[in-house]
Amino acid sequence: MTIYNVTGIINFAQGEFAMLGAMVLVSLGPLGLPLPVGVAAAVAAVTLMGGLVERLTIHPARGASAVTLIIITIGVDIAVRGIALLIWGTDPYPLPPFTAGPPLRVAGAIITRQGVWILGTTALILAFLYVFFEHTYPGKTLRACAINPLSARLSGIRPDRMSLLAFALSAGLGAVAGIVIAPLTLVSYDMGLNLGLRGFVAAIMGGLVNPAGAVAGALLLAVLENLAAGLFRAAYKETVAFVVLFLILFFRPHGIFGRGARGGL
Amino acid sequence: MLEIEDLFVSYGAIQALSGVSLSIGEGNIVTLIGANGAGKTTLLRTISGLLRPGSGRIAFEGREITGRAAEDVVRLGISHAPEGRQNFAALTVRDNLLIGAYPVYRRHGKAGVQADQERVFTLFPILRQRQRQMAGTLSGGEQQMLAIGRVLMARPRLVLLDEPSMGLAPLVVREILKQIRRLPEAGTTVLLVEQNARSALAIADRGYVIETGRVVLAGSADELKRDPRVQAAYLGRASRAR
Repeated sequence: MTIYNVTGIINFAQGEFAMLGAMVLVSLGPLGLPLPVGVAAAVAAVTLMGGLVERLTIHPARGASAVTLIIITIGVDIAVRGIALLIWGTDPYPLPPFTAGPPLRVAGAIITRQGVWILGTTALILAFLYVFFEHTYPGKTLRACAINPLSARLSGIRPDRMSLLAFALSAGLGAVAGIVIAPLTLVSYDMGLNLGLRGFVAAIMGGLVNPAGAVAGALLLAVLENLAAGLFRAAYKETVAFVVLFLILFFRPHGIFGRGARGGL
Repeated sequence: MLEIEDLFVSYGAIQALSGVSLSIGEGNIVTLIGANGAGKTTLLRTISGLLRPGSGRIAFEGREITGRAAEDVVRLGISHAPEGRQNFAALTVRDNLLIGAYPVYRRHGKAGVQADQERVFTLFPILRQRQRQMAGTLSGGEQQMLAIGRVLMARPRLVLLDEPSMGLAPLVVREILKQIRRLPEAGTTVLLVEQNARSALAIADRGYVIETGRVVLAGSADELKRDPRVQAAYLGRASRAR
């Protein structure tokens, strides 16, 4: 979504960055690093990979239409998954929860300890994005680039540098997301596919430009998925994202919370 | 300070500029006059690097800049305030100015742009009052002032202003032109594109008249004001009314 805000293209490889984050952390396991160090190393590595992907695939095609670039990201998605399959194989890897212990009871609801980590991390990422885009110069520069690319160039902002920054940032955040959810889902080479799709649907529900809207969209989607699984059959859970995607695109293309126009944050 | 020789620019099959030559002296205000579609905006966009010329050359301060990218041209000292203001609507007035200062800010940080911001606020005091407001919520005149102030933040030695009077009330136009007239005092040369030939010639030192992609007339502002062809085509009925 950060990439969409800056460059106007949807990065379909975003889910793979989450997979890479978790996989790199799994691979670092034998080194016996403390968890925070391992996480930092994995996120840093994936941030670099995000930058590398931008330089190798998007940069050479700069100036091409948004559709071309979006198709490139789909290609990257497939390629990254293929490479991951070659490196890590098809077996899923477990990743232990960050803190061991029985699930917590909060106001009658049961939540796993890792669930608390996920919620906390999400809040942290939202806060980070808010501060970054509203209160730092690089963040404002990225926004300026999204609001008015013409004026941004005339101000001396290099669009290709912004694109690199947006990809690296998104990859890093994607890695964080992949790492915190991995203990609940297992880590496999194709976990990015499902994550990417649901992330995309959540972002669409939120109107694509608004991080908080995307989180709300994700919560709503998760509730719908679990309702479908509970009321009908567990197998229907997987179809919910697609159905929601179609419904949103048909009836609310600006998102459920969207105000119609692009550019607001 | 700016020399343009035999510039040809086309959009696909459409020839927009056909051999334009002109020169701008340091500290001058030079205006381009012409009807809609004559090629004025195209010329500005080519100078600032948004368009690539088919042939011809552009030299700024003795250095050839033909075909340089827009993000480099602004670093060389030419700022372009395009038609329609083009501010960053969802950013505050102050952030617009900070983004306008991008090359300076990158090198000298926030402290390095304070003085430039002060200069803009002195030029257009209303912007100081509006500094925390979103640019998109300003009135048309304020937006135009912001657009000019924003490009001045890059410390240009030459500014290209495209139709600053467009859609504004006469009183506001007067105020803006008054401040544009003062720019050379601070070392900023001005290339002003206007359909409002009367106001443009009132503050300009020299002018060029462009028709269908060619310079058809050039001279001092006083010469142009007296030229019967200019009077007939661009000063028109309004000149008789006064």
